[in-house]
Amino acid sequence: MVVAERKPIQEIMAMVAEYNKILLVGCKGCVTVCCAGGTKEVGILASALRIARKKEGKPLEIVERTLERQCDPEYIEQASDVIEKDGVEAILSMACSVGPQYMAKRYNIPVYPALNTTFIGGALEHGVWAEFCQACGNCIIHYFGGICPVSRCSKSLFNGPCGGSAKGKCEISPEVDCAWQLIYDRMKDLGKLDELAKVFPVKDWSTSRDGGPRKVVREDMKL
Amino acid sequence: MPTFIEGLSDEPRILAFCCMYCAYAAADAAGSMRLSYPVNVHVVLVPCSGRVDETFILQAFENGADGVYVAGCEEGSCHFVNGNFRAKKRVIALKKLFAEIGLEPERVEMFHISASQGGLFAKVARDMTERIRSLGIIGWNKRN
Ligand code: SF4
Ligand code: SF4
Repeated sequence: MVVAERKPIQEIMAMVAEYNKILLVGCKGCVTVCCAGGTKEVGILASALRIARKKEGKPLEIVERTLERQCDPEYIEQASDVIEKDGVEAILSMACSVGPQYMAKRYNIPVYPALNTTFIGGALEHGVWAEFCQACGNCIIHYFGGICPVSRCSKSLFNGPCGGSAKGKCEISPEVDCAWQLIYDRMKDLGKLDELAKVFPVKDWSTSRDGGPRKVVREDMKL
Repeated sequence: MPTFIEGLSDEPRILAFCCMYCAYAAADAAGSMRLSYPVNVHVVLVPCSGRVDETFILQAFENGADGVYVAGCEEGSCHFVNGNFRAKKRVIALKKLFAEIGLEPERVEMFHISASQGGLFAKVARDMTERIRSLGIIGWNKRN
């Protein structure tokens, strides 16, 4: 899933400083799961903003909503009643960065992102998430024992490990596993160490960010 | 959200979320012991301190509280194993949030009071009242 975290309140306060009434809109997708932008986080941020603004003597009215998803136009539409009738001056979105872009595309009022979209990852334990994919556009993890060298090796090496690997940890921090140690151990378990002896050619990054904004088209799914 | 008792214009309003197995029972014990504690502390019974969500506390402040505390069981004796640890983590997170929005983090606190500690219950109520008195009534809560 997409993992995100809330921007510092001061940064958000500055974004909405000039408004008297805003829509704070959460998303029930990934950001609910990573506890960054679901109904609960909308409630907490709304309260915090209201308290901070009361303190400044410039109360802020906040309409709270959480949409099914903010990355689908159908669901973006669910906010139209509030935006068109409730007189909100701006939208503060707690979705991953797709959400505020979709809100901005649909509604002609200023839109602000309340979150930083951090990475594509998974939960290690309750309350701890880690990066597992950088959406490079051409998955090659099967060559590496199912471990992604692009996102989990700090240098995105394809022929690792580098000279900094020590005791299974990456040289950037003793907290970070060396992805290449993980790859080695896994390939050894699979009895496929010889495959690592082959030199992996330079990766074709044209599917990554080289070709401009990417698009997926499924003719069979189009209406 | 309970309605705060009116007529305490110069006293801070304090909400205490008390776990039914420990702190709330301690309040009963305080009563049996004929101990008094400040009338501006309003007790809210919760099934476990772990039930107290950040939004409950924030909404209390939005609705007129000047201080809020959560009182759960002693560490290691939660009826639901780790509810009090969860509550404590949430209180710590709220303290950080308060600092971010320029509100004194001391306005929110976590206490551990066992069912038999009537005296401690009354002391915590007095201490918290003193603390909030010295921090003052929050600007928008000012009553004439
Ligand atoms: S190889 Fe690319 S697509 Fe596959 S997990 Fe790594 S970053 Fe993601
Ligand atoms: S120590 Fe391991 S994970 Fe870190 S950069 Fe080197 S090969 Fe990559």
